Amino acid sequence: MASHYEAPIRKPLVTGDKSYHDVTIDVAHPVESKPNRQWWIVFGISLAVFLWGLGLIVYTISTGVGVWGLNKTVGWAWDITNFVWWVGIGHAGTLISAVLLLFRQKWRMGINRSAEAMTIFSVIQAGLFPIIHMGRPWLAYWMLPIPNTFGSLWVNFNSPLLWDVFAISTYLSVSLVFWWTGLLPDFAMIRDRAVKPFQKKIYSLLSFGWSGRAKDWQRFEEVSLVLAGLATPLVLSVHTIVSFDFATSVIPGWHTTIFPPYFVAGAIFSGFAMVQTLLIVMRKVSNLEDYITVQHIELMNIVIMITGSIVGVAYITELFIAWYSGVEYEQYAFLNRATGPYWWAYWAMMSCNVFSPQFMWFKKLRTSIMFSFVISIVVNIGMWFERFVIIVTSLHRDYLPSSWTMFSPTFVDIGIFMGTIGFFFVLFLLYAKYFPVIAQAEVKTILKSSGEKFKKIRDGK
Amino acid sequence: MKKIKKYWKSSEELKKDSKILNEFKNKEFVQKLPEDIFDINKQALEDSSTNRRDFLKYVGFSTAAAGIAACEGPVINSVPYVVQPDEIIPGNANYYASSIADGYDYRNILVKTREGRPIKIKQNKDAISLGECNARVLASVLSLYDSKRLKGPKVNGLDIDWDDFDQKIVSKLKNLYKQDKRVVLLTHTIPSPTTQKIINKFISKFPNIKHVVYDSISSSETLDAFESSFGIRAFADYDFSKAETIVSIDADFLGDWQGGGYEGGYSKGRVPKGNKGKSSMSYHVQFESNMSLTGANADKRIPCRQEIMKKIVLEIHSKIFDSGFNTHKGLSELDEKINNIILDVTKRLIKSGKKSLVVSGIQNVEIQKMILEINQKLSSDAFDIENPKIIHQGKNSDVKDLVDGILDGSIKGILTFGIDPGYTLPMGIDFVKALQEVDLSVVFSMKENETSAGAEYIAAVPHYLESWGDYEFKLGHYSLAQPTIQPLFNTRQFQDILLKWSGDNSSYYSEIKKNWNENILKGKSWNKSLHDGVYISNKKFNPKRNKTDFKYNLFNSLNSSNDDSIDLILYTKIGMGDGNQANNPWLQEFPDPITRTTWDNYLTVSIKDAKKFGFKNYNVANGGLNGSYAKIEAAGKEIIAPVLIQPGQAEGTMGLAFGYGKVQGMKEEMQIGVNAFKLYENFEKIQSAKVSLLENKYHEFACIQLHNTLMGRGDIIKETTLDIFNSEDKSHWNPVPVVSKNHIEIPVNSDEVDMWDSFDRSIGHHFNMSIDLNACTGCGACIIACHSENNVPVVGKREVRKSRDLHWLRIDRYYSSEQSFESDNEAVDAISGLGETLTVMDEMENANENPEVSFQPIMCQHCNHAPCETVCPVAATSHGRQGQNHMAYNRCVGTRYCANNCPYKVRRFNWFRYNKNDEFDYNMNDDLGRMVLNPDVVVRSRGVMEKCSMCIQMTQKTILDAKLEGRKIIDGEFQTACSQACGSNAIVFGDINDSDSKIKKLKEDDRSYHLLESVGTKPNVVYQTKIRNKDIS
Repeated sequence: MASHYEAPIRKPLVTGDKSYHDVTIDVAHPVESKPNRQWWIVFGISLAVFLWGLGLIVYTISTGVGVWGLNKTVGWAWDITNFVWWVGIGHAGTLISAVLLLFRQKWRMGINRSAEAMTIFSVIQAGLFPIIHMGRPWLAYWMLPIPNTFGSLWVNFNSPLLWDVFAISTYLSVSLVFWWTGLLPDFAMIRDRAVKPFQKKIYSLLSFGWSGRAKDWQRFEEVSLVLAGLATPLVLSVHTIVSFDFATSVIPGWHTTIFPPYFVAGAIFSGFAMVQTLLIVMRKVSNLEDYITVQHIELMNIVIMITGSIVGVAYITELFIAWYSGVEYEQYAFLNRATGPYWWAYWAMMSCNVFSPQFMWFKKLRTSIMFSFVISIVVNIGMWFERFVIIVTSLHRDYLPSSWTMFSPTFVDIGIFMGTIGFFFVLFLLYAKYFPVIAQAEVKTILKSSGEKFKKIRDGK
Repeated sequence: MKKIKKYWKSSEELKKDSKILNEFKNKEFVQKLPEDIFDINKQALEDSSTNRRDFLKYVGFSTAAAGIAACEGPVINSVPYVVQPDEIIPGNANYYASSIADGYDYRNILVKTREGRPIKIKQNKDAISLGECNARVLASVLSLYDSKRLKGPKVNGLDIDWDDFDQKIVSKLKNLYKQDKRVVLLTHTIPSPTTQKIINKFISKFPNIKHVVYDSISSSETLDAFESSFGIRAFADYDFSKAETIVSIDADFLGDWQGGGYEGGYSKGRVPKGNKGKSSMSYHVQFESNMSLTGANADKRIPCRQEIMKKIVLEIHSKIFDSGFNTHKGLSELDEKINNIILDVTKRLIKSGKKSLVVSGIQNVEIQKMILEINQKLSSDAFDIENPKIIHQGKNSDVKDLVDGILDGSIKGILTFGIDPGYTLPMGIDFVKALQEVDLSVVFSMKENETSAGAEYIAAVPHYLESWGDYEFKLGHYSLAQPTIQPLFNTRQFQDILLKWSGDNSSYYSEIKKNWNENILKGKSWNKSLHDGVYISNKKFNPKRNKTDFKYNLFNSLNSSNDDSIDLILYTKIGMGDGNQANNPWLQEFPDPITRTTWDNYLTVSIKDAKKFGFKNYNVANGGLNGSYAKIEAAGKEIIAPVLIQPGQAEGTMGLAFGYGKVQGMKEEMQIGVNAFKLYENFEKIQSAKVSLLENKYHEFACIQLHNTLMGRGDIIKETTLDIFNSEDKSHWNPVPVVSKNHIEIPVNSDEVDMWDSFDRSIGHHFNMSIDLNACTGCGACIIACHSENNVPVVGKREVRKSRDLHWLRIDRYYSSEQSFESDNEAVDAISGLGETLTVMDEMENANENPEVSFQPIMCQHCNHAPCETVCPVAATSHGRQGQNHMAYNRCVGTRYCANNCPYKVRRFNWFRYNKNDEFDYNMNDDLGRMVLNPDVVVRSRGVMEKCSMCIQMTQKTILDAKLEGRKIIDGEFQTACSQACGSNAIVFGDINDSDSKIKKLKEDDRSYHLLESVGTKPNVVYQTKIRNKDIS
């Protein structure tokens, strides 16, 4: 018999009747044990791909951007497609940790650490492209407003690319600080458990001398809240600014006021899909099924479904506005997207981003782990195509038909993109091995403390 | 004896036998030397140890030292003038009037030199005739710096000095003369009075030598017709500006027909003149098989085969002379459509009377005679036979005799100058083989070529920019050529060599001067003629009017053509001509104005024939164009050429350009294309051929423009008909686009809808450029002028195929998809519903079988609200006070955002380093080729954006000169490379702050419009609406 009324609606966010100690053990286990064979295999492949990509970056910088497939008409293609794709993926972390914190969505606690790690790692990938796509990347620092001796040379504050520099670097630094703040108590936990002196030393450095006093916890809470407040507008601003690269231009298909909300929705969409992809694997490999439950997956699927539908509405709005504008260049740009030489990219985008998330209306499908995994991959492919469609199909046929041409990637384009995926996984696997992948300190606050276990013993079950 | 004073240095010296002093005397060094460091103590060395810190120090030092050593910049030796030449001021250009006569191009030119190097060819504005330079002439300056040029005379491939060379050949010549063997001197047409004298002198020394003139591309029939009508071997000259009705039957007069040079006159007549409402312009009908530059400019173009064209000439002739030929057999075969056109054309010719002109390029003596008669009958003002052009002299029968003589061994000696029969003769290979058998074979050439490969002696001759010369291109119109640089190599002029062999020790230069002073100038100043480059005497030819003779045998030879054979039409491209400059990378990369293909020749095939034979053209994934291969059997030979489907090509005809497929003396990249001369049997440009498809093999083209139609976008090239232009208001045919603001339509150029601050233009200059779409013939001379002025690199076929050409200036060519551009616009406007949109837009992508053609030169539009300027993160591109959109190469980091955001797509990116890079082995890869670079314009590094600068180096120079001289700048002084090179005055450049300037008037002209005005970029380039004279009255 229950001693007091318990709400029946809320299912526990952590299953498996975990005690506080169980949580500690589960989170510390990968850090304290040796990585298994799968880890080594995946890590090896990722590292190889990363090194191949790195080699191609060196080749590009030493020879010239001409080794890519770009031309006089299509000046951006895979480079900026990859950039926007990676930035978009980077959106889920901050959304989960900051926005959901402010909205007191406690289910975020199981996934926010990894989502934020993913954010930081993908923003690193994203940041690579604007640098290596330059004709003279060794002069990339000219993009920064550094006082100089060149005379009155200064950056052009009118340029959306410059806004990108600020937006991305702000985003990366705020995300990193936010992530690290959350990591402090968990690093301290590992430090306290560590037996090897070297390990102890490293983790005590990483934990910034966390002592666990009440004052520490109070400051921790305050900083988290302040950073969440700071990071929330960034969720909206970063991709808004990225979309300005296109929206402020004069090219039909780019020059669209709908871009900021459309890009933000798309970013959250792709970010959640990437979180889904990573966590479905990780919960299995690292035995975290009790922390990342089907409920988490279902909630994320709902976010994917909603943002996917927003993106779909944006696509249709673009078509409508093109027709409604009466501007022949605009109309042709969208006609060409859907039926021109790159029709396949457009329809790949449409089916991956708009049609596939609609399956999530069915509870059976959105609670199926395998299906969710497949859709998450499909969405990531679709979102890559979205950027490709916006960039390449708008550029390849713009105003003057005499300049119309096509774009085809070279092995270098493809290799560098694969390389960033390799780099991303190298970072993520190292993180999975050496970092506490669940925000255990936070998770412990949502463990049921009413003593379910004892009630069961009492009731003789 | 005087005692030398000795000063003491220390008190010690005062003592006798000072111990300290003695000690010092015996010691070289006062202090003890650290001798132990020189003392190699093996043991000590072995005992010493390098500790970690020392090791790191050594490593650090040696790395730094090696690094610093590597930092040393390349040493470039600059040699200053020890004695500065009078006329050269470093930094200032010198100009010399000269002439080119390379056997295919004959023009009066102006050469720009900097610090003694010729770097650019310009029009000689003082020349009345042949002053307009085509692309080849402008590019010829680069041929001077051809790294494949001969560095000295050669015998059997080995170097020799000139004295031995002379001795050997003269003794051979003497032997041949003694034996009275046939010897031939084979040259291209040299319309040079003094050279003729020198040749005569040479022949009088060796009378067994016969001089044969050989034009690689023959005009023999036309010359024969003129000769038999008027007694001299020449071309009639034409002033197209005086013609109101121009009928051309297979005459590509904007190309190379009769030496070309007609674009200026033609364009004058094409621009509507006269009061508003009563403007007039010429009407031009073109009958032709290939789509030529001329046909592309015509008001009416009728594609037809050669046989039909002959009948058309007959028909027009008979109608003009009212001789009743139309009842003759054969003519009734012409279908009704063509008959109607002929009727209309004849009516127009008769109506225009003196202001009509008929021209033809048909290779037939009788046809050519008829043309002469028609023009005489019409007493056409545009027809000039008093001062005919004498730039081609070749006679087919003479050349045939010579070739036969060489092949059968009856000719024992041959000297060739300026030509390459081994390449240009259809039996070239046999000819070269036979050369090895003759007793004496001498090739006078600038480079090794196909002929020299079989010849024993090669006499290295200088480039024309290193040579003297005198010419008479047109009767009474004399020109001089003068060297603009010391010969780069150990070369000698052909004329000097002949003089020497004739035993004369004078030079060609002194001979010219003597001859001119005695026979031409007759007291007029030699220096002035040399300065002007031209001298016009009042010498006139009095043509005896031969009685018109109507007895033509032509009808008998006119039989309807065999159906399954194809008329293979061998033609010349304006960028390549006969191929004597095939090793010139500028010309290889020059896009053909019609096909816009570079680095290639190809078989042009009509759309219908392509379907019939199964030829395909398609674009691969990166946009590059691929085409099927065709096997062509003609003149008893078989060659394989790629196929380019050509809208407007007459059915049953196919075209193939000369000038390609050269191998000897060529850089590897430029050994491309097929040699059409192999099929040039009997010097007939039309060969009956059998053509078939080569399955599953495709050729990779390098096209600069991949989309050929305008997609119904009538506001890009605005055009209207002369009728509408005369009868309607500007707002009807050239409206400013409007934009809706608060539901009120406002013109896009009004301040109301302008969100930008405009620049203050009240002081200083504000440069604008006007491009008249009526005057522009699309010839592309401006492209080469831009190339040479602005050091634009050549990127090669592979890169052009990837759409990475670097031309700052391009001439877009569009075909209509329907019958005309007007109907294209109507079709697009009439679309309703999605289904129709899809089908109509899909059809719009394909060109019509006989399309209308439009040309549009496009360079940076120098927008006042430039989209590129706002997006550059490092402000590398910014606006100038004089209206230009600047590009600071040094600041550019290469994000390419500006290029993406340019609605005109005029920005070009340096994908690689194009100079001093073996991957791009063109002129910028060797010291010699780099001599052509303009020192006023920087060579761009890799990774930076570049584009048209409106030749800011030229406008600044004009401003500085005027400032130095303390005067105002006169309208017309401001020029750009393209406006200067434009022979048809389509491009006008100037300062709109000068209220009396031509450009100001053009900007305010009713015909002017801005390209893509609706985008709101406010460009500083204006276009003049194209007016077509399409009304059929």
